[in-house]
Amino acid sequence: MTTVSMTVNGKQVSADIAPNTLLVQFIRENLRLTGTHVGCDTSQCGACTVHVDGDSVKACTMLAVQAEGADVTTIEGLAQNGELHPMQAAFKENHGLQCGFCTPGMIMSAVDLVKRNPNPSEETIRTELEGNICRCTGYHNIVKSVKAAAENMGG
Amino acid sequence: MSVENGIGASVRRKEDQRFITGNGHYLDDMNKVGQAYGYFLRSPHAFAKIKSIDLSAAKAAPGVVDIFTGADMVADGIGGLICGWGITSKDGSPHNAPPHNSMAVDAVRHVGDQVAFVIAESLEQAKNASELIEVDYDVQTPVTNIAKALAPGAPQIHEEAPGNLCYDWELGDKAAVDAAFANAAHVSKIDLVNNRLSPNPMEPRAALGEYDMGSGDLTLYTTSQNPHVARLIMSAFLGIAPENKLRVVAPDVGGGFGSKIFVYAEETTTIWAARKINRPVKWTADRSEAFLTDAHGRDHVTHAELAMDNDGKILAFRVSTQANMGAYLSTFASAVPTYLYGTLLSGQYKIPSIYVEVQAGFTNTTPVDAYRGAGRPEATYVVERMMETAARDLGMDPTEFRLKNFIQPDAYPYETPVIMTYDSGDYPLAMNMAKDMIDYSGFAARKAQSEANGKIRGIGTAAYIEACGIAPSAAVGSLGAGVGLWESAEVRFNPTGSVTVFTGSHSHGQGHETTFAQIIADKLGVPIESVEVVHGDTSKVPFGMGTYGSRSLAVGGSAIVKAVDKIVEKSKKIAAHLMEASVEDIEHDHGVFSVAGTDKQMTMGEIAFAAYVPHNYPADLEPGMAENAFYDPLNFTFPAGTHIAEVEIDPSTGIVDIVDWAAVDDFGNVINPMIVEGQVHGGVAQGVGQALLEGVIYDEESGQLLTGSYMDYCMPRADDLPNFRVATTNTPCPSNPLGVKGCGEAGAIAAPAALMNAIVNALGKDINMPATPEKVWRAINNN
Ligand code: FES
Ligand code: FES
Repeated sequence: MTTVSMTVNGKQVSADIAPNTLLVQFIRENLRLTGTHVGCDTSQCGACTVHVDGDSVKACTMLAVQAEGADVTTIEGLAQNGELHPMQAAFKENHGLQCGFCTPGMIMSAVDLVKRNPNPSEETIRTELEGNICRCTGYHNIVKSVKAAAENMGG
Repeated sequence: MSVENGIGASVRRKEDQRFITGNGHYLDDMNKVGQAYGYFLRSPHAFAKIKSIDLSAAKAAPGVVDIFTGADMVADGIGGLICGWGITSKDGSPHNAPPHNSMAVDAVRHVGDQVAFVIAESLEQAKNASELIEVDYDVQTPVTNIAKALAPGAPQIHEEAPGNLCYDWELGDKAAVDAAFANAAHVSKIDLVNNRLSPNPMEPRAALGEYDMGSGDLTLYTTSQNPHVARLIMSAFLGIAPENKLRVVAPDVGGGFGSKIFVYAEETTTIWAARKINRPVKWTADRSEAFLTDAHGRDHVTHAELAMDNDGKILAFRVSTQANMGAYLSTFASAVPTYLYGTLLSGQYKIPSIYVEVQAGFTNTTPVDAYRGAGRPEATYVVERMMETAARDLGMDPTEFRLKNFIQPDAYPYETPVIMTYDSGDYPLAMNMAKDMIDYSGFAARKAQSEANGKIRGIGTAAYIEACGIAPSAAVGSLGAGVGLWESAEVRFNPTGSVTVFTGSHSHGQGHETTFAQIIADKLGVPIESVEVVHGDTSKVPFGMGTYGSRSLAVGGSAIVKAVDKIVEKSKKIAAHLMEASVEDIEHDHGVFSVAGTDKQMTMGEIAFAAYVPHNYPADLEPGMAENAFYDPLNFTFPAGTHIAEVEIDPSTGIVDIVDWAAVDDFGNVINPMIVEGQVHGGVAQGVGQALLEGVIYDEESGQLLTGSYMDYCMPRADDLPNFRVATTNTPCPSNPLGVKGCGEAGAIAAPAALMNAIVNALGKDINMPATPEKVWRAINNN
């Protein structure tokens, strides 16, 4: 057992965990923040994407102890004061989700994408989202959502 | 009067709020106090006899609560998994359905077959303990390929299925077909492989079982598309618990595509084990287990021949298919290559006679069952690859050849030679619209331009038909189904005028919470925010058959309409009483009840309140405002349409670029166009996946699964797909009250044929799916 401390969605958290605990396990099992999903076991699907110190990270590829002292944001921390983040709102407005399982990871990746590319082309969006698998939407409306969000975010 | 958020409006989805904020409740998000964790030890061999299993070291491992094997379940009187559709072979014999225990008893028959269930305080402890189980295997030679499994001398997988044959089935008039071929001016032939796929909903399967020792009640939370069917099978055939003592709950489910219809070994074992240890037990598949155990789809090998006269009119169609069932017969597996396949081989065409024969057999692979489209994509692939090949053989434009042979819009009801009665449609309209959308006539110029750029361009069409709205109970019963395929609904007003709709359908991405609420908003004038749709819990909703086969709106929606009709009927009586008029004079319009010829009116909300506070109320009427209904469809529905794909291939790499896609679908009336478009996008994406990227591959010698992760099984990603151009034609379905046909599977049905036809058109030669860059490059370079 080892102690790990970090900030998650603005709150200071700390727990005793096995050293091999993945960040995604820590988030889901210790913190019970179940919006971050697990869709694979080879770091391919992106369902587990969160932000660590502002960058998107697949939380299944990182040990919780590697996030010691970090500032972590999960899907639950994206909306502020009851206001949806523009990316969340765009996914709803443009039907960017169906079953919703990939959606938290997709939104977290998309937020990071727009941060780095404020005015992304369709091609950039498609390339950038290569690490997030959605089986439901065919991506058409996800691309549309990201584009719309980027515009609303003032890109 | 029109209604806000009613039928036909692209209402934004009610369910999205919880999903976009991370507040969905998928199965693995749930935990119970005192829960233990289950882990399956699985067979590393494709085929082996089990000589012995030694659990002693594993049972002594830290944290282990208990370990069970197949023998324990058998000793407890638990039955095997069943197949719910009986197919009769040509010779009149019933299909062979060998025993299928939840965990192996004397042999394992595919890599990943369940051997033992280890339950421990933590998942890690369960995994660690599983490594201490000693299984003595007598390894046998496996067979994974269907043609080889059905050939003489193949390894015998089940004693009960000689020659590995499940059934040898036929449909149609063989003599008439033979005669037509004997006199035909032209005959075209084609050989096709429909590649095996892994459905891959993004949420892996999971189960959480709970036992209440006091009441004897069992609750299974599970990733199911049809919780009541799961309960029925687990009660009636496995003997887990009587139906009244077993509750099955399917909460938010992260995609299904067919793979979560079936009753699986893991869910069954989990709920059984929860009672054994008297503690909640949770099992969640990881992706590797999903690849090994989620029922696969497709896996057909087909030879087809088309007979034509001198004018290019079709005379007869002959199809012979071998279908791989995998190691065991899954829940509805037998129906997929027969009644969901052979019956669709008339496509959109007037074909005087058709004959199809299907041999289904067992192999040492994961069981195969329904996957998005289930039989109908396989049928469309055969029909539409055949049509394009025939047109090319005749030197005709493939769309002209189709238009010449289409069933005409005035021909309904149209009876096909393969026992379907098409009820409505306009096939030429959809095809001509799709051709316009993609500028079909401009293709030659675009091809020349591509050629000038050193690229190869191709265009391909698929005019598909599917039978949805599954299904009239009497019809499917006569064909061997063990269940009826009606649907249930209850519409329950609350005293304050809000509504709860209970449906036997199940949503796992389809957006029922919105679409069904739109029906209530439209019919009863209740604001959509005041309508709650409840599904997926056998203790809450009336017995229902669940969601698959694009049936939810056509069958489940119709059940809701029937319940609404009863609500309206009762409300008219209350309104008549309160407004002192006769019932015949009450008119109803979107939730407003008025007395004809007067300005007296009452709203649905006022009437519902009066029904719950019946101080002034008709003497002969029961209080309350809740009605339920069961709807058994009169016929299948027949969504149909044309998809045209245009591709550009880089001959130096073999990479296929989809440059355009036009989809015109006839889904009948549309409740929510936004959701329907989304279903088409998703379906096409899965079809593109099949045609270009996906394929389950086994090593033929060892029977090992070579495509067991996202590193090896190529899922379509954002940069593999184009934007799609989507339109609908809307010929209302005459057999159900909403006039709807179903839209969930169309894309997956149309896309593989359209895309492969485009690639074959570009290459000038046949290749099989998936058309990977390597395969395409080899075809171009004759390598
Ligand atoms: S769960 Fe992390 S990438 Fe799939
Ligand atoms: S919405 Fe279901 S996987 Fe993306």
